[in-house]
Amino acid sequence: MDFLLPDFTPAYPEIFLLFMICVVMLADLFAGEKNRLLSFYLSLLTLAGCAFITYGIYSTEVRYTFSGMFVGDAMSDTLKLMIYLTVAAVLIYSRAYISLRGLLKGEFFSLTLFATLGMMVMVSASHLITLYLGIELLSLSLYAMVALQRESAVATEAAIKFFVLGALASGFLLYGMSMLYGATGTLHISELTKSIQQGTADHDIFVVGLVFVVAGISFKLSAVPFHMWAPDVYEGAPTAITLFIGSAPKLAAFGFVMRLLVEGLGELATDWQGMLVLLSVASMAVGNFVAIAQLNIKRMLAYSTISHVGFVLLGFIAIGENGYSSAMFYVIAYVLMTLGAFGIIMLLSREGFEADKISDFKGLNQRSPWLAFMMLLIMFSMAGVPPMIGFYAKLAVFQAVLEAGYVWLVVVAVVLALIGAFYYLRIIKFMYFDAPEDTRPILFKPDVRILISTNGLAIVLLGIFPQALMGLSLSAIQHSM
Amino acid sequence: MLDTMLGNYFPILLFILVGLLVGTLCLVAGWLLAPNKPDAEKLSTYECGFGAFEDARMKFDVRYYLIAILFILFDLEIAFLFPWAVALKEVGLFGFVAMLVFLGLLVVGFIYEWAKGALEWD
Repeated sequence: MDFLLPDFTPAYPEIFLLFMICVVMLADLFAGEKNRLLSFYLSLLTLAGCAFITYGIYSTEVRYTFSGMFVGDAMSDTLKLMIYLTVAAVLIYSRAYISLRGLLKGEFFSLTLFATLGMMVMVSASHLITLYLGIELLSLSLYAMVALQRESAVATEAAIKFFVLGALASGFLLYGMSMLYGATGTLHISELTKSIQQGTADHDIFVVGLVFVVAGISFKLSAVPFHMWAPDVYEGAPTAITLFIGSAPKLAAFGFVMRLLVEGLGELATDWQGMLVLLSVASMAVGNFVAIAQLNIKRMLAYSTISHVGFVLLGFIAIGENGYSSAMFYVIAYVLMTLGAFGIIMLLSREGFEADKISDFKGLNQRSPWLAFMMLLIMFSMAGVPPMIGFYAKLAVFQAVLEAGYVWLVVVAVVLALIGAFYYLRIIKFMYFDAPEDTRPILFKPDVRILISTNGLAIVLLGIFPQALMGLSLSAIQHSM
Repeated sequence: MLDTMLGNYFPILLFILVGLLVGTLCLVAGWLLAPNKPDAEKLSTYECGFGAFEDARMKFDVRYYLIAILFILFDLEIAFLFPWAVALKEVGLFGFVAMLVFLGLLVVGFIYEWAKGALEWD
């Protein structure tokens, strides 16, 4: 038997990242307590290197490798570049926060990079096992990261909940995948499509498998009714970890849904469309209503995430290039907003103080007008006020759903978005019209100031000129389908 | 085709049935036929002839789990190495290098756990 050397080119970024994770781990072991920041700079350098390589191998062709288990295409490369950017922003935002809380350890960086590797595998998978491998690498790293603050009872509780529910979701997913395998006899995503087209497989087995797969996906996306872990994990984890969980993995989850539902099971679209409609409406409703009752801002943002997931699912319901690319645009917009929101929570916190109550935002305008203005932009964007990016993201998704003929769905979504605006605007009211309860100065380093300003600026500029990002999403989707 | 496929599994079904039968038969026979005269001494925990010192359901040191996990990790590595060693001629240079990469990653993990003190008891 002859073993041919596979074409490694599409996997160069992953190989480089894995190599660099080993370097970061070993460097951190021998650097000592004083040089902890070495891992920070090495991690940023790694991400820059990955971005350089991904940009170098970017092409609009679809390239399969490793016996068709791994694929490099425009969508995977675009999503990977977004993931690098997001993870780098997370690291820069988190630096001061984690060093004040004794979390500035090598494990923070190696686990972040391992999770990044998992996300990259997820968006590049063209085989159900590769897909599962990616999602487990991501999830296991995240469980450990939530529990990184070992002495904190809240964080440990959150980690256990996250782990138990996550394991259950993985079980669902695997069970669904085994059904798909039983129906078709293949685990290759492209061959799944073929065997559905030929109609050789039993449709009923497919649908049972599909239900389990969709349930597993909903767990990972935190869509209602599989959302229960999200608020507890968001609240219990250290804010830096919450920022990480809330941002980059959503990009990977988008890629995951694209690979599995659209590329693999696209022929069954009429079957999963109905399920997604239910999930989407329930997520938007529960997310927006329950967020109103929250006094903890991390919990509130968790419910806000759940409602945003509902809007992202709308894009999938629309089916077709416009729908998927609007969903991709929405995910990128959501990640930009989440980065800024949690970034500001971390900036307001200091040693022994978390700034995770909504009332901690009272009078922020008097304490730091610039920061309050940035938060204003983010909240307006999340609520969907023009000209922010959040408005255009919602508009694009609604347009796609309208074209698909679901008028009632758009009406429901608009009403629920309006209800959601209440709790975003409440934060703005607290910041601008209430007196501060806490008058201590807010201190932060210039690199974070530049980052938060860029973040706020991106939210406005990409909202006024969405064509560039929209074009990017559209071409990524078009070249991958 | 389906019939022959299921036919292949018939011995397994038979095996399961016989296994269940023998297992239940033994238990039921013991329960029905054995003399049953319990007293306090007979029901107490047996500990080398002494009275029991404490409840057997006590907490274990978490370090046992750590050692167990590390053991499994390197035990699996051996399970991976044996078939590879047997098939070394067939897998050629590619298989050799692939295993070297795998072992390299394991060595990084090993250095990590060693330097972190996971192998020290105290």
